[in-house]
Amino acid sequence: MADIELLAASGAETAAKIKSGELSADEVLAFWLDRAGRDRLNGYLWQADRDSARQGLGEGGPLDGVPLAIKDIFCTEGVPTTAASRILGGYVPPYTATSVRKAMAAGMPMLGKTNMDEFAMGSSNENSAFGACLNPWDTERVPGGSSGGSAAVVAGGLAPWSLGTDTGGSIRQPAGFCGIVGLKPTYGAISRFGMIAFASSLDQCGPLTRNVTDAALLLNVLQGRDEMDSTSVGIEGGIKAPDAERLDGMTFGVPRALMGEGIEAGVLARFEDTLIRIAELGGEIVDIELPHAGHAISAYYVLAPAEASTNLSRYDGVRYGLRASNEDLLSMYEVTREDGFGPEVKRRIMLGTYALSSGYYDAYYGRAQRVRTRIVEDFEKAFGEVDFVVTPTSPTVAFKLGEKTSDPWTMYLSDVFTVPISLAGVPAISIPAGLAEPDGGGSELPVGFQIAAPAFAEQKLLEASYALEQAIGFDGSAALEGGVS
Amino acid sequence: MSTEYEAVIGLEIHVQLSTRTKMFCGCELSFGDDPNVHTCPVCLALPGVLPVPNAQAIEYALQIGAALGCELSPVSTFDRKNYFYPDNPKAYQITQAARPFAVNGRLGEVRIHHAHLEEDAAKTIHTGGGGRIKGSDASEVDFNRGGTPLVEIVTEPDLRSGAQVREWGQLLRATIKQLGVSDVNMEEGSLRCDANVSIRPVGSTEFGTKTEMKNMNSFRFIERGIEAEVARQKEVVASGGQVVQETLHFDPATGELHSLRSKEEAHDYRYLPEPDLVPVVPTPAMLEEAASSLPELPAARAARYEGIGVSEQAALLLSFELEWAGYFEGVLAADQSIEPRVAANWVTGEFAAELRKQDDQALADSKVGPESLATLIGLVQAKKISHGAGKTVLEEMVASGTDPVTVVAEKGLEQIADSGELEKIVIQAIEDNPKPAEQVREGNEKAIGALVGAVMKATQGRADGGEVNRLLRQHLGL
Repeated sequence: MADIELLAASGAETAAKIKSGELSADEVLAFWLDRAGRDRLNGYLWQADRDSARQGLGEGGPLDGVPLAIKDIFCTEGVPTTAASRILGGYVPPYTATSVRKAMAAGMPMLGKTNMDEFAMGSSNENSAFGACLNPWDTERVPGGSSGGSAAVVAGGLAPWSLGTDTGGSIRQPAGFCGIVGLKPTYGAISRFGMIAFASSLDQCGPLTRNVTDAALLLNVLQGRDEMDSTSVGIEGGIKAPDAERLDGMTFGVPRALMGEGIEAGVLARFEDTLIRIAELGGEIVDIELPHAGHAISAYYVLAPAEASTNLSRYDGVRYGLRASNEDLLSMYEVTREDGFGPEVKRRIMLGTYALSSGYYDAYYGRAQRVRTRIVEDFEKAFGEVDFVVTPTSPTVAFKLGEKTSDPWTMYLSDVFTVPISLAGVPAISIPAGLAEPDGGGSELPVGFQIAAPAFAEQKLLEASYALEQAIGFDGSAALEGGVS
Repeated sequence: MSTEYEAVIGLEIHVQLSTRTKMFCGCELSFGDDPNVHTCPVCLALPGVLPVPNAQAIEYALQIGAALGCELSPVSTFDRKNYFYPDNPKAYQITQAARPFAVNGRLGEVRIHHAHLEEDAAKTIHTGGGGRIKGSDASEVDFNRGGTPLVEIVTEPDLRSGAQVREWGQLLRATIKQLGVSDVNMEEGSLRCDANVSIRPVGSTEFGTKTEMKNMNSFRFIERGIEAEVARQKEVVASGGQVVQETLHFDPATGELHSLRSKEEAHDYRYLPEPDLVPVVPTPAMLEEAASSLPELPAARAARYEGIGVSEQAALLLSFELEWAGYFEGVLAADQSIEPRVAANWVTGEFAAELRKQDDQALADSKVGPESLATLIGLVQAKKISHGAGKTVLEEMVASGTDPVTVVAEKGLEQIADSGELEKIVIQAIEDNPKPAEQVREGNEKAIGALVGAVMKATQGRADGGEVNRLLRQHLGL
C-alpha cells in the first residue's frame, strides 16, 4: 500500500487492512511515527518512540494497530502530562486515564501527546505554555482550541485520529477550524477519570477523526460506566458503525435567533448549503426557539471559572509539578502559582474565585446555575419538537494567530454555538460543511456544521451525520501535507 | 445589683468512622503506620482523579443519624470547602454544607442541628520550633489520615456549663461507640470536639458573640477549657469590654487560652456544589436498615436499669460501657434470684475496684466470668459467707480465677451456721473485753463495735454481722 493511501485512509480502513493482513501493525506504526516526527505545527508536546508505542500492540483488539494521538490533558502512566501548563512541567503521572486505557486495550498504540490551550482554557491553542499550534490549512492561522493539537495533527496528516476534551466547544470548534469530525458525547457517556479537570460538570472526552464512521468506532471503545467516575453512565447498547443514507422523517431545528450578528458570510453560506443537503436527503428543517441560549456565554464564564478555580487549587507546589519558592508556605503558594499559570488561566481563577466569594455567590454562581437550568429546559422543549438542533459550529473560520488574544470577550464569542449545548449536557458533533473565504478575503478555509441530539442519542446523531457527510462529500486532503516539514 | 450571666455552648463533634477504607478512595484506614503508606492518586489529589463515595461510610453515617434521632435526608449532596493548606491536597475538602444527610435530632437534653459526612485532612508535622509552623525548620505531611471518613455532628447551643458538656459528651461517645461505627478515641483523634462559647444575661434569649475552642482531646480538658473561657468572657464584660469573635486554643498544661485567629483572618470557604459526585439518595431499605440495626443505646439502657431498681450512678456506669452492661446482664442471667440492684453494686463496686487494684485488669481479660461472680453473690445473699468474706473470696477469684465455692472451702470462710458455736464465741469476747462491755451496759452503744470486731477476729470474718450484733446485745442485757 502506498504511503499516500495510508495517509489518506481513515482509522476504520486502516484497521480493516491490518485485520486482513494487507498491512502489518508495525509498518503502520512506523509510518505514523515518521509523520509525527516531522510535525511542523507544534501539534505534539511529546511523541512516542517505537518501543513505547508498541505496548499492547497485536493482541487482537478491535482497532488493533491504528495509532492514536492523545490530548495532553489525559494522564498517561510514565509519559509526561502537562495540560500545556508550566505548573505541570515535567510531571509524569503514575496512572493512566480510563479512556486512554480503553483505547490501548482496543489495540491502539499511543502516538503522542498533543498541544492544547493551558488546562483546556482557550479557543485558539494560543494559551499553551509550550507555544501555539498551527492550522495545517494555513499556518498563519489558529487550529482552534482547546483541543487544537488534537485537531491539527489529524487534519495535517500527523495522526489518523485523536482524543480531545470538550468543555464549551473544545473538540467541536477546532474540528470545525481544521475540517475534520469532532464529537462531544453526552455528559457521562465516557469516564472522566484521569482527565485533568477544567470545569468538572462540563468536561467530556471525545474523538477527533477524519470521518463520522471513525468517530463512531472510537466512541464505542471509549464509552461506558466507570467505577472510578461516579458521574459516568455509558451509552446503553454501545455504538455501531453508522450506515444511514437518507434523513427521511427526521426534523432539524434551526435556532435562528441565536444566529444574529458576528457570523461570517462564508460560514452562513455553507450552513445554508447544508440545510439544502438535509432537505434533499428527506429531512425537514424547522425554526426553533432556544430563548435562554443567548445568555449561555455569560453563564458559562461564571460556572466554568468557578469550578476551575477550585479544580486548579491543587497545583500548590506541595506534592508535584512546579515549586517556585521554598521561602515559607505563603510564598511557596504565591510564587509557584504566579510563575506556573499563564494569563488566561489566572484570569479564570480570579473570575471564579470572585464568583464564589461570600456575598457574591447568589448574584453570580447561583444566577448562572439558574440560567443553566433554563437552557437545559430550552433543549428539552426543543427535542420534544425536533430530532436535532443544528447551527454553524463557530461564527467564523479559523482566525489569524494573535488576532483575538488581546480581547478575551471576542475570543469567548467564538464558542457562542457550542457553549449552550455544553451547558445542556447533550451530545453534538461538528462535521465539515465545505470551505469558505474569511470575511476580508484570503484563501478558503473549512467551515464546521454542528448537529446536537438529545442525551444519549449518539447512535441517531451519528446516523444522521453519516448520511449528511456522504452527501456533502468534503475533501480534506489538501491539508494532509500541511503538517509536515 | 450586677447582672448575672449564663454560658451558652454549642458543640461541633468530628467522629472518624471505622470503615475499612477511606471516604473517597480504596486506601485502608490505619493508625500509627509509617507515613504515606496508605495513599493513592485519589487521596494525594494527583491531576485527573475523581472521588468515589464509600458505601459503608454512608451506612455508618445513617446509623449515627438514626441514633441521634435525626430526620434522615431523602437526598443529600456534597460540596467543596475551599482553603489552602498542605494537609488539604485538593485545596478543598469534600463536605456536606447545603444538604447534610441528617437534620433535627436530639440526644438527651441537647438538640442536634444536623450531622454531615466529610473527609478528614492529612497530618502536618512541623519539625523543630516547638511543633508549630511558626519558627519550624520544615513541615512534613503524612497523608495516611487524609480522606478518612468523618461525620460532623453539630448541636444547637443547648449546653450551659463545662460540666454539662463533659457529661453529654460522654453520653454521645458511649452512644456512637455502641453503634460500632467508630473507635471514638479522643487521644487518637477518632473523636474531636470543638465548642462555640458565648455568655448572656440570665433570662435573655439573644446570643452573645461567640468564640470557638478548637480540638480538645479529652472531655475533662473541654470542661476546663470551657470554664476558663466562660470566666474570661465574664471578666471581659464585667470590665466593660466586649467579647471578640475569635478561634481559641486551650492549653491544658498551663490552663491558658491562646488566640489562633480573629474574625478578620477567618477563611472565606467559597462553598461550591461538588460536581464530581452525584447526590446521596438512600433507598427505603437503607433507611429501614439504619433504624432497625440500632442496638439499645446508652440513654435507653440506663433508663431500663433504673426501672429494675439499679441506682442511677450504677445504671449510667453500666450503660456507657457495653461490655460492662453485658457482664451485668450475664450475672443476672446466671442467677435470677439475685436482685439487680445488688448485682449492679457488686459489678460496678467491689468487682470493678478489685480489677483496678490488681494491675488495672481489663474486663475482657478478667478470669472471673459473670457466672462465677453470680455464684459468689449467691453465697453472700444466702449468708453462706459474710459480705467481708465475700470480698476476700473475690480477691482470690480475680487473682487466680478459682471458683468461689473452692476458695470458700480452701480458706474455711464458710459462715458459722451453728448459733450455739457463735454464742460461745460472743460470751468469750465479752469476757475478754470487759471495758467496752461495761461501757455498752452503761448506755454507750457505740462501744459495741469493739466487741463485734473481736468476734469477727475470732471467727476470721466467718460470722454474720447481724447475728453477732443480736447475740452481743442479748448477752449485754440490752
